[in-house]
Amino acid sequence: MSQPTAVRVESPSARAAHWRPLCSRRDLVANSGVVAWLDGEQVALFHLPDSETGEQVFAIANKDPKSGANVIGRGLLGQLKGDLVIASPLYKQHFRLADGGCLEYPEQRLKVWPVRLNGDAVEVGIE
Amino acid sequence: MNSIVTSIKSERLVIVGNGMVGHHCVEQLIERGVTGRCEVHLFGEERQRAYDRVHLSEYFGGRDADSLALCEADYYARHGVQAHLGVQVLQIDRARREVVTCEGRQPYDRLILATGSYPFVPPIAGAEGNSRLVYRTLDDLDAIRAAAQGARRGVVVGGGLLGLEAANALKSLGLEAHVVEFAPRLMPVQLDAEGGAALKARIEALGVGVHLSRATQEIVIGEEYAYRMNFQDGEFLETDLIVFSAGIRPQDALARAAGLELGARGGVAVDNDCRTSDPAIYAVGECAAWNGSVFGLVAPGYSMARTVAAQLAGEAHAPFTGADMSTKLKLLGVDVGSIGDAQGATPGSKSYRFIDEASASYRRLVVSPDGKTVIGAVLVGDNSYYDTLLQYAQNGIRLPAEPSGLILPVGEGAPALGADALPDTATICSCHNVSKGAVCCQVDAGVIDLGELKAATKAATGCGGCAALLKQVFEHELSARGVEVDKSLCEHFAHTRQALYGIVRVEGIRSFEELLARHGRGHVGCDICKPAVGSILASCWNQPITDPALIPLQDTNDTFMANMQKNGTYSIVPRIAGGEITPDKLIVLGEVAKKYDLYTKITGGQRIDLFGAQLHQLPDIWGELIAAGFETGHAYGKSLRTVKSCVGSTWCRYGVQDSVGMALFLENRYKGLRAPHKIKFAVSGCTRECAEAQSKDVGVIATDKGWNLYVAGNGGMRPRHAELLATDLDDETLVRYIDRFLMFYVRTADRLQRTSVWRESLEGGLDYLKEVIVADSLNLAAELEAQMQHVVDTYECEWANALKDEEKLKRFRTFVNDARPDPDIHFVKERGQRRPARASELHLIPVAEEVV
Ligand code: SRM
Ligand SMILES: Cc1cc2nc3c(=O)[nH]c(=O)nc-3n(C[C@H](O)[C@H](O)[C@H](O)COP(=O)(O)OP(=O)(O)OC[C@H]3O[C@@H](n4cnc5c(N)ncnc54)[C@H](O)[C@@H]3O)c2cc1C
Ligand code: SF4
Ligand code: FES
Repeated sequence: MSQPTAVRVESPSARAAHWRPLCSRRDLVANSGVVAWLDGEQVALFHLPDSETGEQVFAIANKDPKSGANVIGRGLLGQLKGDLVIASPLYKQHFRLADGGCLEYPEQRLKVWPVRLNGDAVEVGIE
Repeated sequence: MNSIVTSIKSERLVIVGNGMVGHHCVEQLIERGVTGRCEVHLFGEERQRAYDRVHLSEYFGGRDADSLALCEADYYARHGVQAHLGVQVLQIDRARREVVTCEGRQPYDRLILATGSYPFVPPIAGAEGNSRLVYRTLDDLDAIRAAAQGARRGVVVGGGLLGLEAANALKSLGLEAHVVEFAPRLMPVQLDAEGGAALKARIEALGVGVHLSRATQEIVIGEEYAYRMNFQDGEFLETDLIVFSAGIRPQDALARAAGLELGARGGVAVDNDCRTSDPAIYAVGECAAWNGSVFGLVAPGYSMARTVAAQLAGEAHAPFTGADMSTKLKLLGVDVGSIGDAQGATPGSKSYRFIDEASASYRRLVVSPDGKTVIGAVLVGDNSYYDTLLQYAQNGIRLPAEPSGLILPVGEGAPALGADALPDTATICSCHNVSKGAVCCQVDAGVIDLGELKAATKAATGCGGCAALLKQVFEHELSARGVEVDKSLCEHFAHTRQALYGIVRVEGIRSFEELLARHGRGHVGCDICKPAVGSILASCWNQPITDPALIPLQDTNDTFMANMQKNGTYSIVPRIAGGEITPDKLIVLGEVAKKYDLYTKITGGQRIDLFGAQLHQLPDIWGELIAAGFETGHAYGKSLRTVKSCVGSTWCRYGVQDSVGMALFLENRYKGLRAPHKIKFAVSGCTRECAEAQSKDVGVIATDKGWNLYVAGNGGMRPRHAELLATDLDDETLVRYIDRFLMFYVRTADRLQRTSVWRESLEGGLDYLKEVIVADSLNLAAELEAQMQHVVDTYECEWANALKDEEKLKRFRTFVNDARPDPDIHFVKERGQRRPARASELHLIPVAEEVV
């Protein structure tokens, strides 16, 4: 894979008031997750360097509501019925990366942030 | 005249009570389109939107109000229902057809009462504050949690269903729990005397005090604990808090004040349409009295709600004609079930009883006077009989010739009721009233996925008790229609694992992407196919699992080469081949555990597990272990775990071969091999079998002449004895047979299939296996051995591999942009070591506590 530097990749809903750099693109792990600290919140970042729609990044809350443990960033990335999802590593429930909704427990929803790759920086949108 | 502006929503509907039944009522109204026509107002006294009261106790087990909620926060608004939460209805003004609340008056055309019930607290002098707690709402549980702070002992008054559940909750809060019951047995409503006695024995064995035939007279200040309960017989019991669970009373205050007719024992009297004495007012759920009876379970409440919703929608409706009060529960981890006439009260009925005092199990089967049908049953200790018995009772199925077989311990030939024996009218899910016929309809309509079936019928989404039966019926109906129960790995691969293995080998495929592109669907895969393919690639080509291409395929345990625990920390299990360890290495383990404050335990596999490390600590810990000569134990992998050994001929007076030496050799040979599931070995030095080799995937037992080889044994959920594959082997032949056996398993087993299950699925059975392994009937032996040799030759400790590579180590960071540990991980000291804090203990932990 090449290492583009000036490319800007935005998640589908990437509209935000302020963009906050969180970490470097080199901190991301292809097709898997890492976790960043954002003023007391834990943000799991997933990177798909070449998905169907090109390069994509997602930012989703790291706390698994079922166990209460901060583990979502260590889950497995997958696609179910077209939706990109992350499977929690402890009890394997799935959360949609796009909006944080849980497939098995529709009443649960994880927070998601707009996120983009701006050159070398991974930036999340905050209100 | 302005008559043209009349709203289309002409009718006003008011629902009082947003509990489980009130919510179900709204759901039903939405589903039937009533909310489109009517203006609907929903009043609930509790602050939270409707939640799953049945699973209330999980609030102490870590679930929060949000995850217990029965709908999403915007559900009511989205469907045009005006929800007034935290608003109590104070009065019903029937003359003006209005309800009165602190918000003002709300007119109605029709009114539904769903006010549920409240806990009954007997009038006992001195019961107040922490000596007068109850167990019904989230707020009640918060009050109990607050009272438990600093308390040592808690008492529950009432030994019924809810009382025992409350006792369990007190236990989970770390209190010494006691149950005080007025009747001479536990669960007096559901159980007979023997059943109550068996339950008492089980519950006492769990350390919960049980005090029967005790009437509390007064509560006074205690000497050793906060309170003292004085009983009528002169005895007393001291405690720091008291939870009353002495029954519930229907919440009929509004109806009473409004002059509606009540049931003889309370509750708003309703007819078969759930209408009260005022035709504009309905009552459903626990506040309603039908035929004088109040039903304290969700299923009858839900069926009342459906009856009313159908009427409001102008649809044909099934009348409510009573309900089955059969229940199955796990109380304090003990199975308890009660069906129909559990006490054998029907004149002329006969009972069969099974009592096992050793394990405090009890079962009673009550049959009709003519001996032809089941009319009731009691189960204590094992609910696996419940589904079958309930179907016999509900559907009047004719008893088998020997009815006692229905409650005798399940042997191979016990009569289980097949899914085909059930009539179409048989209720599968009583919470959502789903019959076998309804399941069949869905199957006919083309549903072939269990998840879809649940979504379409809602079956198994209430109490969950019917899940096993639902699956059984569903799969039976599928195969009856010639639909092959889908064996695809997942939605991305229409192949079995076995077929994929063949493809990978034959086509020489080296990556997941390549396999997906050539033989799968989509672009990403999922948490089912990725690890399965990862394992196939690893056993075929033995690339290190730390390879960047493999990382995204694996579960967290494989990715970080440690086992994730419930709080997100990891356990570390270094290999201790054969269970043999030098004192120096033992000291290193102790030192490392001490330095990182890791909980330390001897495992069931003759090695040592160190628990509680955070992600970023793993490389440092492994650096120290590897420097001292340890290597990974693959406790996280679907791979060789341990080779258990006994001391054998070296020390033991009976030993005939060097079992430790052989165990070490085998463990070192096969360590790191990736397989469909984990593999365990054992080697015993003589037939006394101290290493329990016959319960392992591969078992080796010494003989005078060499070794006997056993295969496909299993402990765990479904124990299976290993079978003798070959006898009196010399060392070299033994190893060759094991090579062949393991590789044949790796090639042909399904995903997550242990050798025992695989062996049972092999057509031709043990004889076939002997032909392949011993007689080499497939002419595969040389290839299998060569493949194994490749794996052995390319072995490398994964942790050593990772530690060499800065890039790989970057993944072991709790936060990529911050060096702090995860601040939400908390520990508590217990028996000199730390363990994860329970949710209920979190409030005890000062916020500033240092974590690492
Ligand atoms: C640590 C240990 C318990 C202990 O404190 O002693 C243990 C702990 C776990 N066992 Fe076990 N088992 C342990 C010995 C056993 C044994 C006894 C033995 O090996 O002699 C058995 C029965 C024998 C057998 O497997 O046939 C056993 C049968 C299971 C099973 C059921 C397997 C089955 O086929 O039915 C599971 C579930 C599974 O693998 O799917 C399991 C799964 C687990 C998991 C992996 C559950 C999980 O996913 O978190 C636990 C993780 C361990 C960890 O985090 O380190 N464990 N487990 C033992 C580790 C042994 C070791 O040194 O590696
Ligand atoms: C711990 C526990 C475990 C249980 N386990 C099981 C089980 O395993 N299986 C089973 O079938 N059942 C079980 N139940 C019983 C089950 O929860 C009830 O049958 C069910 O909740 C009844 O629903 P309901 O809507 O009639 O009453 P509720 O759920 O009690 O709801 C009534 C609601 O109305 C509100 N209300 C009352 N008066 C007013 C007013 N004047 N104005 C506004 N709002 C008002 C109340 O605040 C309450 O929120 C259990 C109950 C508990 C407490
Ligand atoms: S199996 Fe035999 S050799 Fe091994 S310890 Fe037991 S008695 Fe001794
Ligand atoms: S019986 Fe309760 S969910 Fe089916």
